[in-house]
Amino acid sequence: MSNMQATTESVQKDNAGAALKRRFDGAQQKLLAFASLIVLVLVFTFASPNFMQTSNVLAILQATSVNGILAVAATLVIITGGIDLSVGTLMTFTAITAGVFLTYWGLPLPIGILAAIGAGVLCGLISGTIISKMKVPPFIATLGMMLILKGLSLVISGTKPIYFNSTPSFPVISTGSIIGDIIPSVPVPNGVLVLFAVAALASYILGRTVLGRYCFALGSNEEAARLSGVNVDAWKISIYALSGGICGIAGLVIASRLNSAQPALGQGYELDAIAAVVIGGTSLSGGRGTILGTVIGALIMSVLLNGLRILSMPQEWQTVVTGSIIIAAVYADMIRKKKA
Amino acid sequence: MTTIVEMTGIEKRFPGVHALKNARFDLRAGEVHALMGENGAGKSTLMKILSGIYTPDSGEIRVLGNVVQLDGPRTAQAAGIGIIHQELSLMNHLTVAQNMFIGREPRLSFGRLDEKTLNQNAADIFRSMNLKMSTQAIAGELTIAKQQMVEIAKALSYKSKILIMDEPTAALNDAEIADLFDIIRKLKAEGVGIVYISHKMDELKRIADRITVMRDGEYIDTVAAADTPISRVIAMMVGREVNDEALRVPDTSANPIALEVKGLRRGREIRDVSFSLRKGEILGFAGLMGAGRTEVARAIFGADPLEAGEIFVNGEQISIKSPNDAVKAGIGYLSEDRKHFGLALGMDVRANIALASMKTFTDSLGRLNERAMQDTAKKYIRQLGIRTPSDTQEVKLLSGGNQQKVVIAKWLLRDCDILIFDEPTRGIDVGAKSEIYQLLIELAQSGKAIIVISSELPEVLRLSHRIAVMCEGRLTGILPGGEGTKQEEIMHLATLRESMVTNEANDAARRAG
Repeated sequence: MSNMQATTESVQKDNAGAALKRRFDGAQQKLLAFASLIVLVLVFTFASPNFMQTSNVLAILQATSVNGILAVAATLVIITGGIDLSVGTLMTFTAITAGVFLTYWGLPLPIGILAAIGAGVLCGLISGTIISKMKVPPFIATLGMMLILKGLSLVISGTKPIYFNSTPSFPVISTGSIIGDIIPSVPVPNGVLVLFAVAALASYILGRTVLGRYCFALGSNEEAARLSGVNVDAWKISIYALSGGICGIAGLVIASRLNSAQPALGQGYELDAIAAVVIGGTSLSGGRGTILGTVIGALIMSVLLNGLRILSMPQEWQTVVTGSIIIAAVYADMIRKKKA
Repeated sequence: MTTIVEMTGIEKRFPGVHALKNARFDLRAGEVHALMGENGAGKSTLMKILSGIYTPDSGEIRVLGNVVQLDGPRTAQAAGIGIIHQELSLMNHLTVAQNMFIGREPRLSFGRLDEKTLNQNAADIFRSMNLKMSTQAIAGELTIAKQQMVEIAKALSYKSKILIMDEPTAALNDAEIADLFDIIRKLKAEGVGIVYISHKMDELKRIADRITVMRDGEYIDTVAAADTPISRVIAMMVGREVNDEALRVPDTSANPIALEVKGLRRGREIRDVSFSLRKGEILGFAGLMGAGRTEVARAIFGADPLEAGEIFVNGEQISIKSPNDAVKAGIGYLSEDRKHFGLALGMDVRANIALASMKTFTDSLGRLNERAMQDTAKKYIRQLGIRTPSDTQEVKLLSGGNQQKVVIAKWLLRDCDILIFDEPTRGIDVGAKSEIYQLLIELAQSGKAIIVISSELPEVLRLSHRIAVMCEGRLTGILPGGEGTKQEEIMHLATLRESMVTNEANDAARRAG
């Protein structure tokens, strides 16, 4: 009897040990990205007195919000072992949709918001269906979707920007500041709060819900999940739909910030988003990744761009540096994994 | 004993293949029923039908007397049928408990997971199996044996009364197999009926109660395991008697030494390994899993680094820093994992044979001489008896034995005089095995120096002129081949822990000369 108790105890200790180790590994992965972020901030603070000024910090956060939200959307899909090249133009498409509902049709703001998110979910459903039911590889399916949405955005907007002048409260979504109303000295724009809210929600879904569990299961071994009786197709479609809905939120944030929906905007955003995901330590082969890492990855990118701009590095060189950082981040992650 | 599964008149056609012809099978409660047959005999197809992965074209399946329609993995699970697949199908990034309950996680409201109950349930099953394992370990970080145990625990968590095991011991060592068999016996005692698919004949006597043999998609016969000789089972499987000739050990002591290694070392994996190999000789490497045999082979081949040691080829000391150096020196390595490291599965036979010798088929402008490649491929197809419709057949469509021959052809074409075979018959049928054995013996007769690494002792004994035995990274002895050497002697050396080494190993080495 006492023998059995001892066994149970040691297994429990084992369990705790494994859980602790896992938490440590995860922390280490994020730590690397986080340390890089701190180093960047320190370097730029040292290099320029303008960098740490409140207005500049707020500008960085503001600039991170859109890319950050898109990167969160991309993270979900990438963890399943897929890829979504359409997040950028989907964002534009949802922004245009909001414009059509609010400005062209003069409908109330809540309906415009629902329309944008709904359009995102719908496009995600379509991408997900093409990928899971028609078995088109995600790269191709979302490449096609990217072009389709780019074209549709131009079509429904009549190829010109839509302004939100008839909805005066619209810019508040992104540029207003609830925090600033309470504590005037830190006017953090609402767009940033939206990013944090979306990230917190996505993180919760990934870690604590069935949908999140299947996200990792699909990326880890889709066939095994199927053979275990998981309705793989339905869950995959749900994940793309969720990702699409998050792109809709990004569409609202960017339209609100510009107070207009620009049909030509959006292409190239998908690559920035994927870059943030990768810098944050999510594996492109699926099964591994965190939302916190992605948010840190997005912050690293905007801190870098902002800092280089303050140091007056020419735009074209900023792009070169960004590219090098992506390669360096993935290389560092691979070395870390090899050592582990 | 009650019959819990009855499959009759099962038909299944795939495009171009009649996979099952009027097949049948039955299973009783509390028995281990071995399902035997060569690759392509239809065993796996039949079991995939029983586990709901395939639907039969016609036929009847009764579970506990009732006719059932198994139209998906879920229906089969609900009917109490669990399957442990040949290829382990765990999700490497998830924990053990998360893997076991994938698809039916305990949930709270709004699709939230109840992780605590999940781990609790997994721990309960481990306890019932007498298994000490963490439920929160990441599946991908476990050994193959532990992953196997997780698969079994997962199947049991469905309260399976019928458990299908497809080659469960393929990657296990002897101690782990013993553990597995303990669990199987315990399940038997609880009335679980077990379908056991394996290529390892010696396991049948140890674990099976009845044996059903299939061939070419058809049912052949069901016999009691206790009173049927293995040779009879093999004869039923291949449809003819396989006569395994006894090994004749040729006298190669006058031949020049082709390969000699001295003092190879790397950490705890390779500890001071020295041996030599003559032309025309087959040197077998025996040992338990993790003994360091593959590590030694990969180090000689330059695939992994060495910390110390000298390598001589044809009497000349050479430095091998990469597989390229090894190939230049005439050493070929045939990996145990053909599909990953040996073949380009999607390419045709011709391209695969030529793959390591592209230079010889390329003209000064870098254009490929397809004609010469075709002639060469055809030559080897004839010479090695590769069964393929043509030299443009994709390699993935060939059987395991024929794929192995393609790999052999590739290295022969590269002019390798020293060939290292790592598990040369893993996943290959009984019938095709003797063909591969014959081929190795012929290669040796033609003057090639051959190393065979194998976990199957009968295979080592069947082929080796001398037998090198390893344990924990050390070469614990070299035994003479042929009838004089018993499995027990090899096992003794294979389990010779460090403290026991010295005199005994020296004796053995002296005896081998």
